Amino acid sequence: MKRADDFESRREHLRSMSDEELKTYFWQLAQQVVDPLLEYGRTHTTPSIERSVLLRMGFSSLEAKPMVEYAVTNNLIGHGVGNVVYRLAKSENLTIREAGIRLSQGRDWDKAAALFEGGAKHV
Amino acid sequence: MSDYKLEMDQRIDVEEILRDLEHYRPRRRGWIWREKADTQAAGPFRYREISKPMAGHSVGLMTAHYFDNIDPQPMPTITTEIASGRFEDDIRRMRMAAHHGADHIMVIRTAGQSHFDGLIEGTPQGIGGVPISRKQVRAQRKALDLIEDEVGRPINYHSYVSGVAGPEVAVMFAEEGVNGVHQDPQYNVIYRNINMIRSFVDACESKKLIAWAGMAQIDGAHNANATAREAWKVMPELMVQHAINAAFSAGVGLDKKSICLSTVPPTATPAPCVYMDLPYAVALRDLFSEYRMRAQMNTKYVESSTRDATVTHVLNMLISKLTSADIQSTITPDEGRNVPWHIYNIEACDTAKQTLLGLDGLMDMVELKRDGPLGEKARELKERAVLFFEEILSSGGYFNAVEQGFFVDSGFYPERNNDGICREIAGGVGAGTVFQREADYMAPVTAHYGYNNVAQYDPAAADDPASLIGGCTLERPEMIVYIDELDEEDNVNVRMAETARYRGADCRTVKPEMEWLADGTVMLNLFFPASRRVAEAAALEVARRMGLDDPEVISREIMQQAEGTRVEVKGKFCLDIDLDTLEIPEEPDVMTDEEIRADIERKPMTVVCGTVGDDEHSVGLREIIDIKHGGIEKYGIKVHYLGTSVPVEKLVNAAVEVDADAILASTIISHDDIHYRNIANIDRLAREMGVRDRLIFIAGGTQVTPELAVANGADAGFGRGTKGIHDATFLVKRRRELEAAGKWPR
Repeated sequence: MKRADDFESRREHLRSMSDEELKTYFWQLAQQVVDPLLEYGRTHTTPSIERSVLLRMGFSSLEAKPMVEYAVTNNLIGHGVGNVVYRLAKSENLTIREAGIRLSQGRDWDKAAALFEGGAKHV
Repeated sequence: MSDYKLEMDQRIDVEEILRDLEHYRPRRRGWIWREKADTQAAGPFRYREISKPMAGHSVGLMTAHYFDNIDPQPMPTITTEIASGRFEDDIRRMRMAAHHGADHIMVIRTAGQSHFDGLIEGTPQGIGGVPISRKQVRAQRKALDLIEDEVGRPINYHSYVSGVAGPEVAVMFAEEGVNGVHQDPQYNVIYRNINMIRSFVDACESKKLIAWAGMAQIDGAHNANATAREAWKVMPELMVQHAINAAFSAGVGLDKKSICLSTVPPTATPAPCVYMDLPYAVALRDLFSEYRMRAQMNTKYVESSTRDATVTHVLNMLISKLTSADIQSTITPDEGRNVPWHIYNIEACDTAKQTLLGLDGLMDMVELKRDGPLGEKARELKERAVLFFEEILSSGGYFNAVEQGFFVDSGFYPERNNDGICREIAGGVGAGTVFQREADYMAPVTAHYGYNNVAQYDPAAADDPASLIGGCTLERPEMIVYIDELDEEDNVNVRMAETARYRGADCRTVKPEMEWLADGTVMLNLFFPASRRVAEAAALEVARRMGLDDPEVISREIMQQAEGTRVEVKGKFCLDIDLDTLEIPEEPDVMTDEEIRADIERKPMTVVCGTVGDDEHSVGLREIIDIKHGGIEKYGIKVHYLGTSVPVEKLVNAAVEVDADAILASTIISHDDIHYRNIANIDRLAREMGVRDRLIFIAGGTQVTPELAVANGADAGFGRGTKGIHDATFLVKRRRELEAAGKWPR
């Protein structure tokens, strides 16, 4: 968009505000801009977020990468890849590390998928 | 853990740093600010805004020797960016920078790391920065632990959490004790073309980790300055970008006092830059009073002249001083011509310290005049920023605004020039990689942002998700998997093996360097009475004939089109210097005060002195003689001071008249070697008068080389840095020699 500087006409409604009122208004607008972004973040995840979860669970970057890729392929990322590892460990009576290494090697994804089907939300 | 410590007279042992890194744990987390000194005094001076002094070693400003070698430290944290591509060599530079006052060491990432989908492991060499990996971070943090012990002040270590692997990098930084980060999703979107939804969702997680680890966060708004065609016109947008990242970060949970705005005075000379930049700085600090300011220096208008850049940066710091800065960042003055060299990091740190100390207490005497153009312009900028926000909202929110090219438009908003950076909501790197969390979404870790259904497994774990698995790496660092190297060729061990003969305590070989050990790089500064193109060609020819490989002109300045050009050239010096065959002149020895005093008591001594030639300089000589400067008077030596511009005849005549034991001649002006001719004249005159044998003759001055002074007839020469005790030692020793030779008493 090309537009000439129409500041004088545009600012008419700001003219009477005190500096303090203008500042308050500035931050109200900023909050309105970021609120939907924060909400989007609250309810969504990404491969990098999931890899960061796996790192914190004690997996290396090399182990975490394929785990997340398999989770995307198997349509399980929305449950949380750490969650997939956790449920598999519980159901197969493995340590977190053992379960994760299996998933990292592409094994047991069918079992993992089964754990997240048909409302089987709890182990 | 090793008990390795730094020794002041030993280079840091990088191999020792790399040893046993697998088991290294950072000693702390979080950012540390400087604290105001309880005693606002140093040497003879009172200050108003200095921070606690460094408890260990430091290097003061060049002029500190005039003032008891004080090294007061200003209040703002001082940043330097060190990232030459080889992190192992950067460690040495970090030590130098810390000694010169830097307590915030920032590492720029290698080109392309933003688009690397995961953590980089190992230690490959970087381009324009350093590949940030766990091993590299761990080594540098470990080195900084040792360096901060040596200088006696905490040092904050800093890098970047951006790109498509932001959350993973943030985890690694939290684990490894990184203290500060750049994090601003807008940077990804605008400058790295990473999908905007992905960037903001990732940023939530990254910021949660940054908050958990107590890091200071710096935003990326300053990049708009560096990108926009006319940088000063983006000021309203800059405030909007700052506010988006600030409000977004606070929304995730960062403490506002850990959120730093990266702000740059947008303009530079020959524009009336302070007049243009100050209202912006004031407006910004009015609106963002709850946040911190990281004052960055202007890079947009840095040219190849280091002098020009330094003046811009000093003017930038005047703005910091007139408003505020919690962190004063520095840009190396060679940024306009190459990846920064060691010496320019140090220059930049010194420039900051020197300027901020020089302006100490300024605002106790000066007040900003708000009624007038300053207040009016600041208000206008704030209103323009508010209008920008209004239009973001009316256009459907942030994502739509980016898609419509709102950002980095060269128009002075609300003016629009239709040249902003447009990004598609569904486009960019990483598009289509954002997934909705299911109702049973769960992540059993600490510092995780957003919806996390831990309660499905254990309601008691809802506030401590990591407890589900007995703790995560943030509580149990022993769970961290350390990867050493992945590439057999491209790693630090291979690089260090190539330069092994230049390392180690018993190394007997040196080579000049600017960025990497033994890189051989040298710089020449030349003037030719010729036009620019001729001068450049001549300069390269000089470099080649001096034996430099790959000579390259890095700066040129026209003095006058025909009369001449100044040229700076860099090149590679390919030979090693063998320390075993190097002739190193002995340090001048000094006697103790007591020994000198005892000798003068045994037999009094009288000297005549003055500055010779048409020269009104007296400071140097007065330092040598005055009792209050620790000069030779304090040993009881009787001094006849004849003043400045003393003819050489008068000096020799006076020596004869008062029956002096010695002549001390100060000769400052060195143009056309006049100083050596004056020395020769004194010697000749004394011989003609038949008194040379009975007089000790010392010549001194900043441009005096001891050997040349002696060659021209003096008994001794003293150059820059000489103190009274050096002259006194020589006088006493020379007199003893003459006594031993039977020439004394005369």
